[in-house]
Amino acid sequence: MPWIDIGSLSDIPRRGARVVKTPKGDIAVFRTGNDEVYALHDRCPHKGGPLSVGIVHDRRVTCPLHGLAVDLRTGQAVAPDEGCTPTVKIEVINGTLRLAVDD
Amino acid sequence: MNSKERLILVGNGMAGIRTLEELLARAPDRYDITVFGAEPHPNYNRIMLSPVLAGEKTFDQIILNDLDWYAKHGITLHAGDKVEGIDLAARTVTAASGRVEPYDKLLLATGSAPFILPVPGRDLPGVVGFRDLSDVQAMVAAAKTGSHAVVIGGGLLGLEAANGLAVNGMDVTVIHLMPTLMERQLDEAAGFLLQQELERRGIRIVTRAQTEAILGRAEGRDSKRAEGRDSKRAEGRDSKRAEGRDSKRAEGRDSKEDRVRAVKLADGRELQADLVVMAVGIRPETTLGKASGLTVNRGIVVDDGMACSDPAVYAVGECVEHRGQTYGLVAPLWDMAKVCAARLTGDESAAYTPTVTATRLKVTGVELFSAGSFGEAGSEDIVFRDAARGVYKRLILSESRLVGSVLYGDTKDGAWYFQLMRDNADIATLRDTIIFGQGVGATDADPFAAVAALPDNADICGCNGVNKASIVAAIKTKGCCSVDDIRTHTKASASCGGCTGLVEKLLAATLGDQYSGETAAKPMCKCTSMTHEDVRRLIQVDKLNSIPAVMQALEWKTPEGCASCRPALNYYLLCAWPGEYKDDQQSRFVNERLHANIQKDGTFSVIPRMWGGLTNPAELRAIADVADKFKIPTVKVTGGQRIDLLGVRREDLRAVWADLNKAGMVSGHAYGKSLRTVKTCVGSEWCRFGTQASMAMGVKLEKMTWGSWTPHKVKLAVSGCPRNCAEATIKDFGVVAVDSGWELHVGGNGGLKVRACDLLCKVDTEEEVLEYCGAFLQLYREEARYLDRTAAWIERVGLDYIHARIVVDPEHRELLYHRFKLSQKYEQVDPWAERAAYGVDANDFAPLAKIGY
Ligand code: SRM
Ligand SMILES: Cc1cc2nc3c(=O)[nH]c(=O)nc-3n(C[C@H](O)[C@H](O)[C@H](O)COP(=O)(O)OP(=O)(O)OC[C@H]3O[C@@H](n4cnc5c(N)ncnc54)[C@H](O)[C@@H]3O)c2cc1C
Ligand code: SF4
Ligand code: FES
Repeated sequence: MPWIDIGSLSDIPRRGARVVKTPKGDIAVFRTGNDEVYALHDRCPHKGGPLSVGIVHDRRVTCPLHGLAVDLRTGQAVAPDEGCTPTVKIEVINGTLRLAVDD
Repeated sequence: MNSKERLILVGNGMAGIRTLEELLARAPDRYDITVFGAEPHPNYNRIMLSPVLAGEKTFDQIILNDLDWYAKHGITLHAGDKVEGIDLAARTVTAASGRVEPYDKLLLATGSAPFILPVPGRDLPGVVGFRDLSDVQAMVAAAKTGSHAVVIGGGLLGLEAANGLAVNGMDVTVIHLMPTLMERQLDEAAGFLLQQELERRGIRIVTRAQTEAILGRAEGRDSKRAEGRDSKRAEGRDSKRAEGRDSKRAEGRDSKEDRVRAVKLADGRELQADLVVMAVGIRPETTLGKASGLTVNRGIVVDDGMACSDPAVYAVGECVEHRGQTYGLVAPLWDMAKVCAARLTGDESAAYTPTVTATRLKVTGVELFSAGSFGEAGSEDIVFRDAARGVYKRLILSESRLVGSVLYGDTKDGAWYFQLMRDNADIATLRDTIIFGQGVGATDADPFAAVAALPDNADICGCNGVNKASIVAAIKTKGCCSVDDIRTHTKASASCGGCTGLVEKLLAATLGDQYSGETAAKPMCKCTSMTHEDVRRLIQVDKLNSIPAVMQALEWKTPEGCASCRPALNYYLLCAWPGEYKDDQQSRFVNERLHANIQKDGTFSVIPRMWGGLTNPAELRAIADVADKFKIPTVKVTGGQRIDLLGVRREDLRAVWADLNKAGMVSGHAYGKSLRTVKTCVGSEWCRFGTQASMAMGVKLEKMTWGSWTPHKVKLAVSGCPRNCAEATIKDFGVVAVDSGWELHVGGNGGLKVRACDLLCKVDTEEEVLEYCGAFLQLYREEARYLDRTAAWIERVGLDYIHARIVVDPEHRELLYHRFKLSQKYEQVDPWAERAAYGVDANDFAPLAKIGY
């Protein structure tokens, strides 16, 4: 599983996200208010909404389509909702973002 | 005597001397000790340089080991003699004085040096770091002759320097690269409080600022003349100083004595400076270690026993790198000192393991404590805010252990939290009360204990001077059982509403089980106990001007709100402070951030404005061309009399807008809590029954109202006669033309729950239509709850209220109209053009990266 540089932390607004395009679908890369970074498949467990454009609050994102909230750390829908979005490994090294993608 | 082993310490600072103390405690006679220190002083408490700068302590008061101490322990001190070389093979050190000393064991504790930004002008006189007593002396001296100081770096050191310089009478500006101060120790909320406090003390804070250069006086004069900029400012409040400086320059022209004049930022701004303090970070002082051939990365590399790559050499303190980690606080150094002393006395089992660290800011009057991390996976938060006392506390838990804490305003429990963290204690049983501090045991977890403990004469409602006894009396004798009852009987919580929470607690404490909670006043969301109305009122009363300010002042229960309160607060602030408040894009729903309407497949729809429902061949051609060019799958006429382009990809949005802008079209805001459409019928311009020019009236209304943000979407319509083909009587504001003028209808809704409008009044002229419309919309903007359409709002407040404000009271109407027009000055900016042509928020539209293709 190779690590790939995808840009730097400052490319993403605080409490925002950017998308990394891959042949297998988009990956949403989130930056929280405290500069933590998480990556999830950009598909809501409900009906596939693009989580990357949801509102980020704390370590959660609220899906723009029907308002389901997803925990950025685990990809789990926040109770009472159910469902899970796969997470992707990501790390920040000296401000550079590296994503672990399986090929 | 000579049979003793010889130990040399290089670096007469905190870590080195502490190691000697530990060593002497274990084996007072084992070594013959010599200390070299570059500074001409005995060991002092470096941490306390900040209070020395602020004039709160003298240097003598911060000396840790005076000369007697060295003498008493038989230590030879060479203060002011820097070691310049080590010969590892011969086991000798050579100092600047030429002195050569042999050792059996060598201890390096050279500390660290301020990191100096590699910008032009960094070597100018007047640019200092903040590390040792000579820096403090330089700053105090500069404060006597100069008046402007710029501190680069808003971390612990920078802020302590800034405060100290301000106390010394300087006019201080802190420039900081990041958006919030001390971002490594503080979360945004605490960073924000700190900034407010420092600004209150007159320290100017410029965040997101990148230093480009430090300008000297010589070049400054030239560039000033060339650019002709700033000359006003120099003439103004500093004319005296400017003169003085010039004459000095004239004298000193030959002596080529240059000195710092200003700091230039990347955005072109120049900040006047007679003194520049670089406090952007530290780097381990490894010059000596490196030159001698020891293994050095960022710091001098040591193993768990503090030994360097040469086993006769040890290192402790900020100069070391241990398991890839370097240090900037004293606590870990104490542990290193213990381990190193143990090893020096032959205890091979002692090993250093890194542990959590804590920070306090030493600015008198600012209580701030931070320890551990606040960004760990799997962690959760407990937040407490007390606005009246200016307190913010946040604890970060991970699997019932405390892993971090940020305290602002009240730090008395910092030590306790820190201990819990170091002990890795299980806090499951403390969880409910831990945020209130150590005094509150798990046993007295009664949430009403605090109000119960208040004395009878404690003021509950400051605005109306109502004390606890009168409220309790109202509950017991007048049968009050809700906040509303209390409000009616005592006036408590009837003004600013800030005490509503306290009143509720009193009700609950006094009535016990009989208290059924509040039904009428629902809080905005689970992040707060305040209602929308309370929040809006307090934003005005307390002049709150940002989301973090609201959350702190109104004691939000979550660190940064949720997807429901953030957009509401953003709107309330925008409405309260037109032109001043900086819109928080991240608190807006995607549609309002991307200025298009998200569809079920993640594509977007684009609807350009068609004023009053009118269009022309050029616009239609542009729409057709755009649809072709970007292969837009669906083009549809909407129910709002305009054309929708559906299925546009996010990456194409800006190009689509650019083409539509070129044809003169702007955003229709079909996505926003904002003015949507003004529907019209053909009216007297064409229709055989038309009584007034409804198309023209519609276009005027739309030109006046477009772009305004509102609590929910707003729709208008103008019909040319009572046949009402524009369906004006189910709009938020509907205008129906009659022979003698215009009927104005309000509060209609054709959506989820159909509601026909109420007739507000009849007016004569077009100007009146505009004025009543603007005033009505402003009343709605200022008073409705976020996500209330006008229909729901009017159902709640009643038509009579609206009538009284808009129709009966002309003065009030004019004021509202005036405020509406004022805020429109700032809101009528086409968001498409900003983004298409000027690249605003360009990142929102482009992917971060493409991989695997
Ligand atoms: C495009 C359009 C349907 C059409 O093809 O005609 C439409 C489409 C949507 N309407 Fe509508 N409404 C459209 C005219 C209407 C009308 C008719 C009108 O404006 O004259 C109504 C009833 C009148 C009214 O609002 O009082 C209408 C009542 C609603 C409602 C219910 C509002 C209510 O307060 O009850 C919603 C839901 C909401 O806003 O929460 C809604 C929401 C929506 C949303 C925004 C749903 C959403 O959040 O995604 C749809 C967006 C589709 C898109 O991407 O454009 N739409 N919607 C119409 C756009 C008009 C325009 O040019 O801007
Ligand atoms: C203004 C200020 C405020 C601070 N506030 C805090 C705080 O609130 N909390 C906290 O935990 N920490 C604080 N610190 C950090 C703390 O002071 C350091 O962590 C600590 O002093 C490091 O100890 P040290 O022995 O490694 O280095 P130092 O104490 O810097 O000692 C190193 C000594 O070695 C000397 N030296 C260097 N090279 C040579 C050489 N070749 N020959 C001879 N001598 C040499 C230096 O001159 C210096 O005297 C603060 C620091 C400063 C400057
Ligand atoms: S009526 Fe329903 S389906 Fe049709 S556009 Fe409006 S919200 Fe969408
Ligand atoms: S697709 Fe995310 S909530 Fe429906």
